[in-house]
Amino acid sequence: MQAAGGVRLLALGCVLVLSAQLAESKNSEDIRCKCICPPYKEIEGQIYNQNVSLKDCNCLHVVEPMPVEGKDVEAYCLRCECKYEERSSGTIKGTIIIYLSVLGLLLLYMVYLTLLEPILKRRLFGHSQLIQNDDDVGDQQPFANAHDVLSRSRSRPNVLNKVEHAQQRWRRQVQEQRKSVFDRHVVLS
Amino acid sequence: MAEAEGVSSATPTEEMNGAGNLMDFLDEPIPDVGTYEDFHTIDWLREKSRDTDRHRKITHRSKESIWEFVKSLLDAWSGWVVMLLIGLLSGTLAGVIDLAVDWMTDLKEGVCLSAFWYSHEQCCWTSNETTFADRDKCPQWQKWAELMTGYNEGAGAYLLNYFLYVMWALFFSFLAVSLVRVFAPYACGSGIPEIKTILSGFIIRGYLGKWTLLIKTVTLVLAVSSGLSLGKEGPLVHVACCCGNLFCSLFSKYSKNEGKRREVLSAAAAAGVSVAFGAPIGGVLFSLEEVSYYFPLKTLWRSFFAALVAAFTLRSINPFGNNRLVLFYVEYHTPWYMAELVPFILLGVFGGLWGTLFIRGNIAWCRRRKTTQLGKYPVLEVIAVTGITAILAFPNPYTRRSTSELISELFNDCGALESSQLCDYINNPNMSRPEDDIPDRPAGPGVYMALWQLALALIFKIVITIFTFGMKIPSGLFIPSMAVGAIAGRIVGIAVEQMAYHHHDWIIFKNWCRPGADCVTPGLYAMVGAAACLGGVTRMTVSLVVIMFELTGGLEYIVPLMAAAVTSKWVADAFGKEGIYEAHIRLNGYPYLDQDEFTHRTLATDVMRPRRNEPPLSVLTQDSTTVEDVEMLIKETDYNGFPVVMSRESERLIGFVQRRDLILAIKTARQKQDGVVSNSVVYFTEDAPQIPASNPQPLKLRRILNLSPFTVTDHTPMETVVDIFRKLGLRQCLVTRSGRLLGIITKKDVLRHMAQMMNQDPESIMFN
Repeated sequence: MQAAGGVRLLALGCVLVLSAQLAESKNSEDIRCKCICPPYKEIEGQIYNQNVSLKDCNCLHVVEPMPVEGKDVEAYCLRCECKYEERSSGTIKGTIIIYLSVLGLLLLYMVYLTLLEPILKRRLFGHSQLIQNDDDVGDQQPFANAHDVLSRSRSRPNVLNKVEHAQQRWRRQVQEQRKSVFDRHVVLS
Repeated sequence: MAEAEGVSSATPTEEMNGAGNLMDFLDEPIPDVGTYEDFHTIDWLREKSRDTDRHRKITHRSKESIWEFVKSLLDAWSGWVVMLLIGLLSGTLAGVIDLAVDWMTDLKEGVCLSAFWYSHEQCCWTSNETTFADRDKCPQWQKWAELMTGYNEGAGAYLLNYFLYVMWALFFSFLAVSLVRVFAPYACGSGIPEIKTILSGFIIRGYLGKWTLLIKTVTLVLAVSSGLSLGKEGPLVHVACCCGNLFCSLFSKYSKNEGKRREVLSAAAAAGVSVAFGAPIGGVLFSLEEVSYYFPLKTLWRSFFAALVAAFTLRSINPFGNNRLVLFYVEYHTPWYMAELVPFILLGVFGGLWGTLFIRGNIAWCRRRKTTQLGKYPVLEVIAVTGITAILAFPNPYTRRSTSELISELFNDCGALESSQLCDYINNPNMSRPEDDIPDRPAGPGVYMALWQLALALIFKIVITIFTFGMKIPSGLFIPSMAVGAIAGRIVGIAVEQMAYHHHDWIIFKNWCRPGADCVTPGLYAMVGAAACLGGVTRMTVSLVVIMFELTGGLEYIVPLMAAAVTSKWVADAFGKEGIYEAHIRLNGYPYLDQDEFTHRTLATDVMRPRRNEPPLSVLTQDSTTVEDVEMLIKETDYNGFPVVMSRESERLIGFVQRRDLILAIKTARQKQDGVVSNSVVYFTEDAPQIPASNPQPLKLRRILNLSPFTVTDHTPMETVVDIFRKLGLRQCLVTRSGRLLGIITKKDVLRHMAQMMNQDPESIMFN
């Protein structure tokens, strides 16, 4: 369904814009300097974290309180390894929330398609119509294109009807794919 | 070539679509002359000539006005625009996938209370715990048992964590397989065998569609997070090719020409590997070596551009918080020694053997899935495999975490303050040297325990990956292969290191290892093992080495990596010529003509159809067939095309006409033209035949006739014929003798003949 493609592109555009915006507003919590200091004499190994910027990312600014004093400070600091790290919490938050919403929408649509729609159709049209729309359309030609199968009667060319027909076409395509992959095992063993 | 192939001015699509308003995209796409049926091969020569015609027309028109000139510039630049868009979208999707996988993998074990969207590492990012023992603990992130019952230790908490881990894994994989089943069945599997076939000229409609793209992205995250033994690199190539297909539809230069479209798809595959590994150059080489069929130099440059843009985009999203593209970037530069080539070559042999074992086991299992009852229960199969994987993986700390983290830990050398069990070496307290200069030390008990656990993890991974690859969810095999190799390599590395320490007076170690000096780096062995196993399975050579050194940044390790890759390829090739992707192509019967040489001495007459006991060739004559005859021929046979001869007596070849074009032309003629009835004569000549005026109006079909079909004589050796098919991308070839038409050879016949010559089942070739 090409509508889905358009909506999808829009969603992706949102992601790009969001991530660009969020990347610019740097939270002060999103930067840190991490200094790893190995054991020295009697002092055990320690890790120090501080939210300082790149120019302050060295042993003297980060290691507080300094466990040694005087001349030992230089020897201690020589062994320490300081790394500057950055992350973008806004991007992470935005990405996870967008992903969960897409997943949720897909799940809702899946529940609708598999459970609700047959029930609704049965209530509206009665039992006989349901048999006609059933999945078993009999022996079809193995790799027929979906648009050859679709009936061509179009009485009212308005938007709702077009959407309905597009959806029907998409569903038949998926059905064909499902037959090739799951039932006949012709493609993608 | 007849101008039929170059006709782009009067295709029915253009006539009927007009300006194209919003509602038109909801209409069915009307098939026009020159498109292909699903599951058929394209005609490369026709596509190429259509493109040259289009280009010539644009160049000719560009001299007319400024607007036309601008249009010609836009046409020339459209290729680069498509590459840019592909790079941006692939990078974005890869970043989304990485972040989501990171979060959901940790979701199986616990949750971050302050902000639920943080993974374990991100949650504890701002913690102030300073002592080294506590650095992974922070109060904001709690395991499920702790959250629900308040207890952190004890058997009850362990069992509850175990139970919830398995439940989450089952939930994720159930969602994944349901989504694939309901929305996009083509989204399952790795995707690389099918993309290889598509790039060689096959059409699978919907395989690179928008729903497949959406579902593959979403379910890939679920599949990887559920703890199954699969990777995301192969599916990322599929995702990138879907992006390529998506953007091709924006420009008619690519959407209408299947040959040009495949150039874009080759470049998109390179972008896919580039974001999967953070290796742009490796991605281009992978596309060249593994995926693409025809790879002209122009595509090389464009692939590089797409791969670079994708890598930049991924870097700017920064999923791993440290400006690295991949989780296992290692930075050490310790040297290696010539004597170490022996264990590296041994690792190469292991990689080759494992590759053979995996390919044989996986193909046997997939064949069983195709042919027996097992294939009728895909959802149950996925749930069962996930359940087994989760239940067996939780107790072992090395398999409980995600495979990427495992590889990262195995690749990394033990630095200062490493608290993992692998680095539990006995320190000599009298040493005066600082500890990040790790000289060789004897292994402590933690290392031996870790070795046992790693050995168990190795066996587990070897067995479970055979059953996992090929299930009905997106699954790749790069990461599991690298994990197997990394585990084996690390074990060998630690063994060599301990041997060097305890026996440092042996001759080989005397010159190599000085006490207190850097000697053996087990992390390097893990890298070499990973490269060997990946090479054994996929049979990649150059691209593998380039990917590995782009992954690690260690240019000085090229020689060991090459040694291992070459050895594993030799060993694996001794058992079977095909890599995993070619094996899956053969299993599915795709019409993929391999690049291997054909060395048998058969002739064209041995392969051509019709054989002696078959009905004669169905041909059309140039001016004496009626419309009714044609329709009967189409209804009774299912050939894809018919030769056109001068007359049934002389049988001199005029040309070849495609079935699809015939059907469309006759249907259009019946609807549109007056006077065309079943008795009308169909003619392919330039001028209408001489008929009495009382006969119905004849129908001219010259525009759909291909006037230059490829022909060979009946004594042409099959070697040459196979070469022609492969180099030119033909679909069929006519066989003549002294100008008279004898028969036809199609690509399916060639493939079946090759299968027969190699004693394989010729009936397994299913497609044309």
